[in-house]
Amino acid sequence: MAYALQQLINGISLGMIYGLIAVGYTMVYGIIGMINFAHGDVFMIGAFIALITALLLSAGGMLDGPAAILLMLLISMAFTAFYGWTMERVAYRPLRGSFRLAPLITAIGLSIVLQNYVQVSQGARVKPMEALLPGGIEVMRDGGFVVQLSFTQMLIIGVTLAVLAVFTLLVTRTPLGRAMRACEQDRKMAALLGIDTDRTISLTFVIGAALAAVAGTMYLLRYGVIDFYIGFLAGVKAFTAAVLGGIGSLPGAVLGGLLIGLIETFWSAYFSVQYKDVAAFSILVLTLIFLPTGLLGRQEVEKV
Amino acid sequence: MLTRRGLIAASAGLGIAADARAQGSTGPIRIATAGPMTGQYAAFGTQMRLGAEQAVADLNAAGGVLGRQLALEIGDDACDPRQAVSVANQLAGRGVRFVAGHFCSGSSIPASKVYAEEGVLQISPASTNPRFTDEGGWNTFRTCGRDDQQGQVAGAYIAKTFPGRKVAILHDNSAYGKGLADETKKALNAAGTTETLYAAYTPGERDYNAIVSRLKGAGVEVAYVGGYHTEAGLILRQAKEQGMNLTLIGGDALVTNEFWQITGATGEGTLMTFSSDPRKRATAAEVVQRFRAKNIDPEGYVLYTYAALQIWAQAAAKVNSTDPRRVAAALKAQGPWQTVLGPISFDAKGDVTVPDYVFYIWRNGSYAEI
Repeated sequence: MAYALQQLINGISLGMIYGLIAVGYTMVYGIIGMINFAHGDVFMIGAFIALITALLLSAGGMLDGPAAILLMLLISMAFTAFYGWTMERVAYRPLRGSFRLAPLITAIGLSIVLQNYVQVSQGARVKPMEALLPGGIEVMRDGGFVVQLSFTQMLIIGVTLAVLAVFTLLVTRTPLGRAMRACEQDRKMAALLGIDTDRTISLTFVIGAALAAVAGTMYLLRYGVIDFYIGFLAGVKAFTAAVLGGIGSLPGAVLGGLLIGLIETFWSAYFSVQYKDVAAFSILVLTLIFLPTGLLGRQEVEKV
Repeated sequence: MLTRRGLIAASAGLGIAADARAQGSTGPIRIATAGPMTGQYAAFGTQMRLGAEQAVADLNAAGGVLGRQLALEIGDDACDPRQAVSVANQLAGRGVRFVAGHFCSGSSIPASKVYAEEGVLQISPASTNPRFTDEGGWNTFRTCGRDDQQGQVAGAYIAKTFPGRKVAILHDNSAYGKGLADETKKALNAAGTTETLYAAYTPGERDYNAIVSRLKGAGVEVAYVGGYHTEAGLILRQAKEQGMNLTLIGGDALVTNEFWQITGATGEGTLMTFSSDPRKRATAAEVVQRFRAKNIDPEGYVLYTYAALQIWAQAAAKVNSTDPRRVAAALKAQGPWQTVLGPISFDAKGDVTVPDYVFYIWRNGSYAEI
């Protein structure tokens, strides 16, 4: 019981990070019908900017307390959002209206560009950072087994829920959210009704990148080791989460992320650690056989 | 086609000519050291060059080998297996009879095939992968240990130091990590301790909490990790975060400052196997002083390279020939050879018979022998 609870905590905090990245995939897919394969690398950029901020703060002797973490988060979100905007402006907007595969290939190219850019500018070796929030609380004790919930895990769960709540309000209650939903349903019609679709799409990329920056900062705080390649694996897992939850659906992305995190963790907990990815992907395949649009995806309506 | 064949014939002819010249009984004996003189691992190549140069100078000052002076060639493989093969061909073409090298196992192994064909003796001061001598022909030797010897030392140490404690063995499925873990397991079991958990993890990930909770659930107190410092550091850090009091034990891959950067203070007390510092041995005192007089710190593989040349010179003197096959046979059958590292004997494969692995411990951000 205690063991299962500990693994549940592990799985949720891992799944939350996947979920945050998955939201970026699903948003971009929803609005322009394209898989942004460079999104995992945007997450990696976010983690690097948070690390650079932390190093600057520690050079100034100010690296401690919640204020430092908040500052890391905000600076990383701001700069990564700028990367997201630039990416859309330079690599995707010129290809809008071109054949479907063109932006997909650009996305893969952009992913390689971002990876190599960080590899060259920051070096290929792993970048470590010491724990900013060491320690945690004892949740439960069962015989010799102590269930531990670390402060970082609490932070991840808290920040993720807060960010997702704000984001949901943004999409459902604001004029920008309304414009985004309009573009998603019919971009041409939205443009005819006076919505600046280019600006709406740009802002979608900016928001997606900011969420990836949150994920990157949380990842850095949680694991303390990053390198230029982390975006690939995390991106693949998050993309899987988005597909599992139903690509295009925001709650689906979070649900998918949590499920992938939990499946991986519980498979490692009770079966062979080596086959955890096989387990996660097998469940993805089974889900897609019976629910081709994912868990919360909508049926695609053929437009005539 | 004709021109190419002509070229090959011409270059082969040159090779023979060079070979004949070197085999003459009056000129200097050509030997070489080869390793990464440029590139990412150039620091290690420099160590090999310094060791070899000093050894050649010392041997020549003492009258050379078989009454002839030694001439040293330097080969640069940049730790690239393909470049290693072409360097090996070049050196063989110049009539080199003996090579102290290479550094990376990935270079030493393919180069050894060339040397075996061309009749060149090879003693590596640094390549620890078991395949180097396991697959090697008559010509492969090394003055360093093997990864599997490390496992034997680790397994015996764990059984002795932590009797009755619950031990887990983890590895990353790499040739290095799994080899190390399997040898440790063998030695541990032979000493009467059975591990509580034997599992593999996926390298390159960051979240090892699931496996850490598993260790915690099994009540493991000591974990041996066959793998590199990043994953080992993360496993330890996450174990401490989950409130475990875990002692981590690893191999020579943990001997890098990056390990401490990842673990921070949680790395305190981590143990790992590594060669004992040869600079502190009594047999090395005089040579170390000679290096220091030139303002060179004989760190890392300098003395291992120096020893490789000493061994070859002694064996050549014993059989009164530089013929690589006869020297190789003597190296295995006779000995021990007196070197800066202490007396060294070789087994039938060309490995040192007494591995010199000892335990190091991480304390306060630096590591020291225990």
